[in-house]
Amino acid sequence: MSASNIWVVTEPSGGAPLPVALELLTKARSLAAAGGGSVSAVGWGADASSMAAAAGEYGAATYYDVGDIGEQLPGPAVAAAIASLIASGQSPDVILIGATYDGRDIAGRLSARLDRPVITNVVGLEDSGGSLQSEHGIFGGTQVAKARFTADGPGLFVVRAKSFAAEASGGSPAQVGAAPVPDLAAVGSARIAARHAEERSGPKLDEAEVVVSGGRGLGDKESYALIEELAKLLNGAPGASRAIVDAGWVPYAYQVGQTGKTVKPNVYIACGISGATQHMVGMKSSKNIIAINKDEQAPIFSIADLGIVGDVHKVLPKLIEALKSRA
Amino acid sequence: MCVKQIPDPAAPAALDPSTRNLVRDGKLIMDESDLYGVEMGLQLIDAAGGGEVTLVSMAPNGETNGLRNALAMGAAKAVLVSDPALAGSDALGTAKVLAAAIRRGPFDLVLAATESTDGYTGTMPVQLAELLGVPSVTFAKKVTVDGASLKVDRQTEAGYDEVACPLPAVVTVTAGVVEPRFPSFKGIMAAKSKPLETLSIADLGLDAASVGGAGAREEVVDVQQAEARQAGQLVTDEGDAHEKVIAFLEDLKLI
Ligand SMILES: Cc1cc2nc3c(=O)[nH]c(=O)nc-3n(C[C@H](O)[C@H](O)[C@H](O)COP(=O)(O)OP(=O)(O)OC[C@H]3O[C@@H](n4cnc5c(N)ncnc54)[C@H](O)[C@@H]3O)c2cc1C
Ligand SMILES: Nc1ncnc2c1ncn2[C@@H]1O[C@H](COP(=O)(O)O)[C@@H](O)[C@H]1O
Repeated sequence: MSASNIWVVTEPSGGAPLPVALELLTKARSLAAAGGGSVSAVGWGADASSMAAAAGEYGAATYYDVGDIGEQLPGPAVAAAIASLIASGQSPDVILIGATYDGRDIAGRLSARLDRPVITNVVGLEDSGGSLQSEHGIFGGTQVAKARFTADGPGLFVVRAKSFAAEASGGSPAQVGAAPVPDLAAVGSARIAARHAEERSGPKLDEAEVVVSGGRGLGDKESYALIEELAKLLNGAPGASRAIVDAGWVPYAYQVGQTGKTVKPNVYIACGISGATQHMVGMKSSKNIIAINKDEQAPIFSIADLGIVGDVHKVLPKLIEALKSRA
Repeated sequence: MCVKQIPDPAAPAALDPSTRNLVRDGKLIMDESDLYGVEMGLQLIDAAGGGEVTLVSMAPNGETNGLRNALAMGAAKAVLVSDPALAGSDALGTAKVLAAAIRRGPFDLVLAATESTDGYTGTMPVQLAELLGVPSVTFAKKVTVDGASLKVDRQTEAGYDEVACPLPAVVTVTAGVVEPRFPSFKGIMAAKSKPLETLSIADLGLDAASVGGAGAREEVVDVQQAEARQAGQLVTDEGDAHEKVIAFLEDLKLI
């Protein structure tokens, strides 16, 4: 399938698109320019004008506004709104969706509604002789697979955050078009009754310049405070391996790796993390990697620029003291 | 409860050189990710004081080993859809097959894992919900039944949302939200005689062209070795390793 008419699901967060949406708009812009096509954004929420302005700044000509969906879950509502636009004659070749909690719901719902497959876990996209190919890290990122659709469009791609860099093009605000939600009947019947935000200061995990992650080598939940303190001193974000997320030491949102976030900070500091392939696939594109592990055979050292064979309970407190005394 | 049976993740995985699909012809085991959903289903039934957990699984090669394991945990019965035509299924094809199997009987709640260990598309359960025409709540960390409705704590970027969701519904759970029980000896013995029905796609009235490899309208065109990252310097801590870290961060002008 060609890739000239590209839609980007532009998920809102506090009146502005999520970073992953800006990354996808940037990529869509360059793919569409090569194919002589255009980029449209589809977003929702109460802030259509600021969303359309941001979408335009990153290259979208049109912003389809699903509107304020209130306490509904975005998955069925946004998917149905997109399906209605398509039923009324719009024909995107490609729809790009960020791999977020709601993005995956939208993709799954849309796939079933349109009877089109969806390609997930995309980390790259390229135009290969007029057909769009997606790239995927497989077997823990040791190999790269390329895939494509063999059916008619639209091709649905769910793309992981940090796959592309976001760059504004300085475009004027996108033209706003309406994308109303049709009657959803039972599929739209779930409602958000309350939202709970956990206290978290500092930069976001997938946007931070420095990420300090802890693993099972910390020994216990209380020791995670060392990770938080170090992250704070470096103006970074704390992260985690799945082992300690599953153990309940930190929330799932902290997880780095295949089933968690992809991070590409300037510096990633892995503390007491063995370096399972599923963890490494989420952080091995960091510019610099420091690992602290007491086992010199730990696989994490094979990708670390600086490896410290040592005990986190000895190294981290000294590192924290040294940084404090410089402040 | 949707239970996926997968090749042992500890064994080295491989792609079929001609189709570039994952090789799945060996022995399959239960995907560990599904243990949490099975456990959650059993707990909900205990709390409701009645009902039963039925397992549904799709696998091309008639494998029942993983299902016996979940039956031993306490599920009442299992339905396996198995057909050679199902080889090479994608997530939407899988959802079509499981939807047809689930529609054969009444259901209140369909549970699945948020994503599978081998495919990890994370879209199958939502596709299934759309095909069944029911609401879905993904990334659940806590589920309670409140009359004809569910109360689900759904994980979010910021924390979690409390979602009220009428039944019937599809819910996906992440690893670690409940502690899966170990099958007892009695459970293992009982599992041997629990009903396990095997259906073909013809039994479900499905057309072979719309499912399996034939229905999967995407293909892997190329697989290459990824660029490997090189190891840098390795130092053993003699009480001064933190200074090495400081120097490294100074070089990067981060401090
Ligand atoms: C489908 C699937 C998806 C997965 N997705 C993810 C994912 O997204 N992210 C992820 O992280 N994992 C993921 N995993 C899990 C992964 O395989 C590993 O189990 C996990 O990453 C291990 O976490 P860990 O390194 O903290 O623990 P361990 O592997 O137990 O390693 C602990 C390390 O700490 C070291 N250590 C112990 N004590 C000390 C000390 N005092 N000082 C210094 N070092 C010490 C040990 O030498 C060891 O290397 C996934 C697994 C599967 C099957
Ligand atoms: N073939 C299958 N049989 C039963 N359940 C499945 C199958 N494929 C996927 N599932 C369920 O859907 C979840 C998500 O799968 P996936 O979309 O592959 O990430 C799995 O963890 C299972 O709970």
